Amino acid sequence: MEKFTVLNGLVAPLDRANVDTDAIIPKQFLKSIHRTGFGAFCFDAWRHLDRGDIGVDPASRRENPDFELNKPRYRGSSILLARENFGCGSSREHAPWALGQYGIRVIIAPSFADIFFNNCFKSGLLPIVLSTTMVDRLFAQVEAEQGYRLKVDLEHKVLETPSGECIAFDIDAFRRHRLLNGIDDIGHTLLDADMIQAFERRHLAAMPWLSKRLAEAGA
Amino acid sequence: MGKTLYDKVWDAHVVKHGEDADCLIYIDRHIMHEVTSPQAFEGLQLAGRKIWRASSVLATPDHNVPTVNRAQGMTDGIAALQVSTLVDNCRSNEIPFIGLDDARQGIVHVVGPEQGATLPGMTIVCGDSHTSTHGAFGALAFGIGTSDVEHVLATQCMVMKKSRNMLVRVEGTLAAGVTAKDLVLYVIGVIGTAGGTGHTIEFAGSAIRALSMEGRMTVCNMAIEAGARAGMIAVDDTTLEYLKDRPCAPVGADWDRAVEVWKGLYSDPDAVFERVVDIDASLIEPQVSWGTSPEMVLPVGGHIPDPAAESDPVRREAMTRALAYMDLAPLTPITAIAIDKVFIGSCTNARIEDLRAAARVVEGRRVASSVTLAMVVPGSGLVKAQAEREGLDRIFVAAGFEWREPGCSMCLGMNDDRLSPGERCAATSNRNFEGRQGSGGRTHLVSPQMAAAAAVSGRFVDARSFA
Ligand code: SF4
Repeated sequence: MEKFTVLNGLVAPLDRANVDTDAIIPKQFLKSIHRTGFGAFCFDAWRHLDRGDIGVDPASRRENPDFELNKPRYRGSSILLARENFGCGSSREHAPWALGQYGIRVIIAPSFADIFFNNCFKSGLLPIVLSTTMVDRLFAQVEAEQGYRLKVDLEHKVLETPSGECIAFDIDAFRRHRLLNGIDDIGHTLLDADMIQAFERRHLAAMPWLSKRLAEAGA
Repeated sequence: MGKTLYDKVWDAHVVKHGEDADCLIYIDRHIMHEVTSPQAFEGLQLAGRKIWRASSVLATPDHNVPTVNRAQGMTDGIAALQVSTLVDNCRSNEIPFIGLDDARQGIVHVVGPEQGATLPGMTIVCGDSHTSTHGAFGALAFGIGTSDVEHVLATQCMVMKKSRNMLVRVEGTLAAGVTAKDLVLYVIGVIGTAGGTGHTIEFAGSAIRALSMEGRMTVCNMAIEAGARAGMIAVDDTTLEYLKDRPCAPVGADWDRAVEVWKGLYSDPDAVFERVVDIDASLIEPQVSWGTSPEMVLPVGGHIPDPAAESDPVRREAMTRALAYMDLAPLTPITAIAIDKVFIGSCTNARIEDLRAAARVVEGRRVASSVTLAMVVPGSGLVKAQAEREGLDRIFVAAGFEWREPGCSMCLGMNDDRLSPGERCAATSNRNFEGRQGSGGRTHLVSPQMAAAAAVSGRFVDARSFA
């Protein structure tokens, strides 16, 4: 997983509450056997005027010019400013995959749906919870200033606005450590690889029948 | 203090106690199919990670495979891609694989035990919730999601919290013609679909000990429908007899050593269960589900309940919705419900004993003319071959049933085997959720005997009247 230390990124506003996972990545894309390639379909129904599906060439699609993320001033954003209960709905991990592959690394909102919040960390995304008042202020600033950027400093748990104002945020120490070092769930378990190996050696030696391999066809 | 069966298997697999009661649990066996695995392999590849122990895996396609015309290959492009991706992933990682053209192919939860790849005391995972089936062997077996499939492939471990212990004790004798399926549907009717949430259920008692391994698998298969991620049954002679000489079972001195270990796989008399439910087996009659949740179940002699008589508003609302979806009127006798299709199959009831029991009912009879499709989908190629040796296929075909190739089929309708909107089906599978067998389809869960009896009668009848 990519390490997350400091990000200086363009901010895009998504001024709607209860953005659900089906809006983030519509269900027709779940048939894919891949875990990459979802960036082109992130917010698919909102970003486009026609219906997308697996196999439809993204270049042939008609964009919706009114959707926030399609506006020239927000193109290339890596920070999404959102409203309450972001990511509600199903448990699909495709939602953070799609956001990450679209280019988003940080989502700021007054609240997130639980499962989505947890899934973000598995994909190296940083969800930040700020008070509703603070989020309102940020929406106003983004609206007022072209090219509005935020500096997200995970090490010091602080956001810096273009005017130099610092906004502190909270994050679980364990999760912060893992993002800073780029350690995902598997990476974290593999820190104990020696222990697993030692356990396995003992376990399989005591019960060798556990490691019998299925024979090939016709064998 | 004594230990439960679950405690014993859990304790034997703890690699590390972590923070927050999270434990690192070693996984002995990983069973795999085509639908929940492709992204796990891609994840490993993207991260440049290796598979920890390929020989622990057993893979076979089952969820979306066709059950007819296999010779012409798979016509559904997306399904074909999932299967070929599984083939490629297994080949390139040296994972033991049973292909679509292999006589052993079938539903993962039928194939594992059949190959002896499911052994007592093992921890077993699979990206499918009915992995609980394997608990019938005194194993700790549960379903996992795709990111955990990747995690187990890479680390041979799961990070998880221990669940609570629950005992479902079924004492007494099942009446003739009453099956393991009726028993488990009855239990779910009593404890509800959330009755086992947060628990591992051990099924015990004289009625459970009297069941064959096939019957025990049917019971543990549906533990998940009672909300429990895992169901377990202690090891006894029935378990050992089933396993002896299976391809992956130990032989010679290893077998003797294994048996010594396995014989300890029961709950100690002084073990403590957080919850105990006692069931009297003699009260159980053949069951038929009437709603859209497996707990909505009645004896075949019963009548559809009247929501107006339900005092709890939440339950009343659920009943009303279920009856509307199922298009059933309150107080209708179960035996007045006519069916359109019959599905005998799935990891719940597609083993040889199930097919024998259904064939006994069907023999010398015809599928009712009002039934548009009656199909038998054996759980595996080996079950199919065995049934054909016994002439069961001829009995089914002579009666007007279709005799298909093994797979999940109409249990979840990922392939072409589906209900059309409004169609009503007597099914031996495990889920009667809205749209499970096809959008708008109506599912009634029953035993193989009851499904066979419904096929020849065109409506539900007590299969015992065919004995
Ligand atoms: S038969 Fe049905 S329940 Fe069983 S593994 Fe297949 S889809 Fe799942």
